[in-house]
Amino acid sequence: MKKLFKKYKFAIPVIIAFAIFAAYSYYAHYLPGISIIENNFWSFIKEMIFALPVMFILVGLFDVWVSKERVQKHIGETSGIKGVVLIMLLAFLQAGPLYAAFPVAYILWKKGTSAQNIFIYLSSASIAKIPMLAFEIGFLGIQFSLLRIMISIPIFVLVGIIMGKYFNRNNCEIKNG
Amino acid sequence: MKAIIILTAVLTIISFVFDKKKTIKGVRKGMMMFLKILPTLLSVIIIISTILYLVSEKVLIEYLGKEAGLGAYLSAAIIGSVSIIPGFIAYPLASILLKTGVGFSVLSVFITTLKMVGVLTIPLEAKYFGLKTAIIRNALSFAGAIIVGGMMAIIYIYAL
Repeated sequence: MKKLFKKYKFAIPVIIAFAIFAAYSYYAHYLPGISIIENNFWSFIKEMIFALPVMFILVGLFDVWVSKERVQKHIGETSGIKGVVLIMLLAFLQAGPLYAAFPVAYILWKKGTSAQNIFIYLSSASIAKIPMLAFEIGFLGIQFSLLRIMISIPIFVLVGIIMGKYFNRNNCEIKNG
Repeated sequence: MKAIIILTAVLTIISFVFDKKKTIKGVRKGMMMFLKILPTLLSVIIIISTILYLVSEKVLIEYLGKEAGLGAYLSAAIIGSVSIIPGFIAYPLASILLKTGVGFSVLSVFITTLKMVGVLTIPLEAKYFGLKTAIIRNALSFAGAIIVGGMMAIIYIYAL
């Protein structure tokens, strides 16, 4: 129990405080509190409950089925431009918010993906998730979406290359959450 | 989202048919990873929910609208960086902003920072990447988003 508190020294107090706040809001009919819970908190939880476990199951299956050699060959240090294109295609299929991509980044790293490609993965997943793209085009028009994507890709590939260089020079690593 | 759920279900079933043991091991591994990050994730969601309540549409329009001038880009970048609004809320909101006179280039800064910079999720990102790397990645993405917005502005003003 003590160990748990130490490990989540930021998270546990926040969760406890929010639980008390929630209980109070419903007890005293505190409307701002109820609105935070029902409109905001609940919509995030719904998104998380569907998106994240699914991502984690995919990550787990990827871990047991795909060999390190194969990953290294296609998106590892020596994979070049082909590796960049491949990682971007993979990223476009990603679902959920940015934080859903972190566990994927961990498993890709564990399997030998180059740091540069991992950072390109994170950005690409944010630039153009295919499911979200349809939504964006519907609300803002195809011209806006296409322009935004075409300008974003080169800039964020560059960001990925810079991050990869920094990451390797400092011998950083990606941990399992 | 539905497609990903179906895809995962199908892949899990195929995997199970080929190798029962391996599949159970994989799914269990994934769920353990999920449980490990759950407390941090919950706390981040709590903080975001509270902040989102405090920032209303009116405030957004005031800071991002035509009257805000060049400052609108900075506001868009800052608001986009600190807030995490899911796409199904962000795009309808963006189209409302568009109708109230917020420019496409300001919107592109807002959307790009919204997606790539997550100041509030830095604690979560740091659990995977370490704090320093998380901060540097967010700072670089912030700069990148400003460049994207600037180029969009040039295109919208001079080319379209």
